[in-house]
Amino acid sequence: MIEQYLPIFLTLTAAVLFGFVMVKLNEWLGPKRPDPEKLSTYESGMEPVRTARERFSVKFYMVAVLFIIFDIEVVFMYPWAVSFHDLGPIGFFSMMTFILILLVGYFYVWRKGALQWD
Amino acid sequence: MNEFRLSDLWIIAPFLAVVLTSMAVLILEGIRRNNATASYATSITGLVTALGLTAATYGSADSGFRDMVSQGAFATYFSGLFIVVGLLTIVVSRGYLRRQRWQHGEYYALILSAVSGMILMASGTDLIVIFLGIELMSLAFYVLAGFFRTKASSNESALKYFLLGAFATGFLLYGVALLYGVTGSTNLAVISSKAGSLGGDPLFLLGVGMIVIALGFKVAAVPFHMWAPDVYEGAPTAVTGFMATAGKAAAFAAFGSVFLKGLAFTGTDVNLLLAILAALSMVVGNITAVVQNNIKRMLAYSSVAHAGYILAGVAAGNADGQTGMMFYVGAYAFMTLGAFTIVGMLEGVDGQGLTYGDYTGLSGRHPAAAFLMAVFMFSLAGIPPLAGFFGKYYVFLAAVEAGMTWLAVIGVLTSLVSVYYYLRLVVEMYFREPATGPDSHPAPGSMAIAALSAYAVVQLGIYPSILLNLINGRI
Repeated sequence: MIEQYLPIFLTLTAAVLFGFVMVKLNEWLGPKRPDPEKLSTYESGMEPVRTARERFSVKFYMVAVLFIIFDIEVVFMYPWAVSFHDLGPIGFFSMMTFILILLVGYFYVWRKGALQWD
Repeated sequence: MNEFRLSDLWIIAPFLAVVLTSMAVLILEGIRRNNATASYATSITGLVTALGLTAATYGSADSGFRDMVSQGAFATYFSGLFIVVGLLTIVVSRGYLRRQRWQHGEYYALILSAVSGMILMASGTDLIVIFLGIELMSLAFYVLAGFFRTKASSNESALKYFLLGAFATGFLLYGVALLYGVTGSTNLAVISSKAGSLGGDPLFLLGVGMIVIALGFKVAAVPFHMWAPDVYEGAPTAVTGFMATAGKAAAFAAFGSVFLKGLAFTGTDVNLLLAILAALSMVVGNITAVVQNNIKRMLAYSSVAHAGYILAGVAAGNADGQTGMMFYVGAYAFMTLGAFTIVGMLEGVDGQGLTYGDYTGLSGRHPAAAFLMAVFMFSLAGIPPLAGFFGKYYVFLAAVEAGMTWLAVIGVLTSLVSVYYYLRLVVEMYFREPATGPDSHPAPGSMAIAALSAYAVVQLGIYPSILLNLINGRI
């Protein structure tokens, strides 16, 4: 029983070792010319440490909210797709109804101009 | 596994009509931007259709979607009530939003989606469906509370309601999860059939307790009422009226589905717990309302107190308790909606005109509004022969029958306290020197709805049997 897991264990060991060795090799062999910019945390080009009391454009929230909604739509679709054959026509039409309802929302959002950045 | 009958759709026909209308309004808003009139007309049409469908399903009893929703006198009565209150709210809101210069068609879509959630709460026989209904309603309420998005008070109201509401939702889900863990089902009938053998299983009781907390929050029962005054005060008045009437009725429909129809607790510790919540709500709500100076806050605490009265019917747990709860919720809907309609009519654009002082001498400036307001105040105070009196009579009667005489005594005593602050407004309107208060705007829609509500309050007070027959499915 436990022997069956041996390949998984070997793969895990190899993966950990490989990652460790690569990072360490990079550390020993790579050239180092540090400057303050390079040493700071990478934050998509923004300054990593500064005041958080700052206003963001509402557009960011818009994108975040829309992302969450449509992201969750996809989350529901994965299990549905996996068990698609077991669910039969009812499952198909249920999901189509769900997508249709979300499309109404999408249409509204689009026409209200929430998808335009400028 | 997948038995699905087309007749299942008939069971949720009113719900479908409301949901489809809500989506139609959204599409309409997308096509013709800022044309609130079209959205308004569509909403009215959709709700009238839904009301027709509700009436058509009256008298039939069936369940569908694998016993997840059911049709019957209980569901039909509540669905009808939500749709009627939704209709009245939409008519009132039209003029109210115009006076507040904040006309947007999305408002109607949100009201409709709240109504659809409420219908699910009343017709669900599965905890998951009831949860879905509560969320559908609450999410619309959070947005509606903050609808005046340029006003700080409206934003405050929405944020407080959202944070506390999300917390209450957590309790509800945890309770449902525990009940599922103990009984292996979320269906109320299955849970009920296993409840007897479980007896005092602590996990079962914990689950029930969690659900009491969540629903207690939704009806604003003490000690879960802290949100109500701030939210009611900051939200647009038309929305407050809708939340305080239909929202409360929906929460009591959920209470009824779970504690009266589903699990059917009678004479247990759960009933005692509900009775204590009811007593606390009556005492705290009525006494705190006395010291309020803002009419909306006063009505908010009054709604906490009324939640206590109605909860007494649920706590009684007998057939009369259920009838009393349903009658009270209906009567309360009309008197409170009417009161908030008058308040919204007299409110200024900047939110002034909401204190007792602003109502001084109203009988001279606006005799019709003052008269209607007086009718609602008398009814809320429970003075016969208005609807409020019979509501109280039925729930207290049920409490006495269930052996909770102490609860009825507390109810009557705190009602006496409430007479003070309701009649204070009447005194202010009729027996004080007419001061130069804020100008009242002509609002034919609001006046018509307030008059209709007053008519309902008087009619239900004189012939309560109209509503009672409807509740018991005897028409």
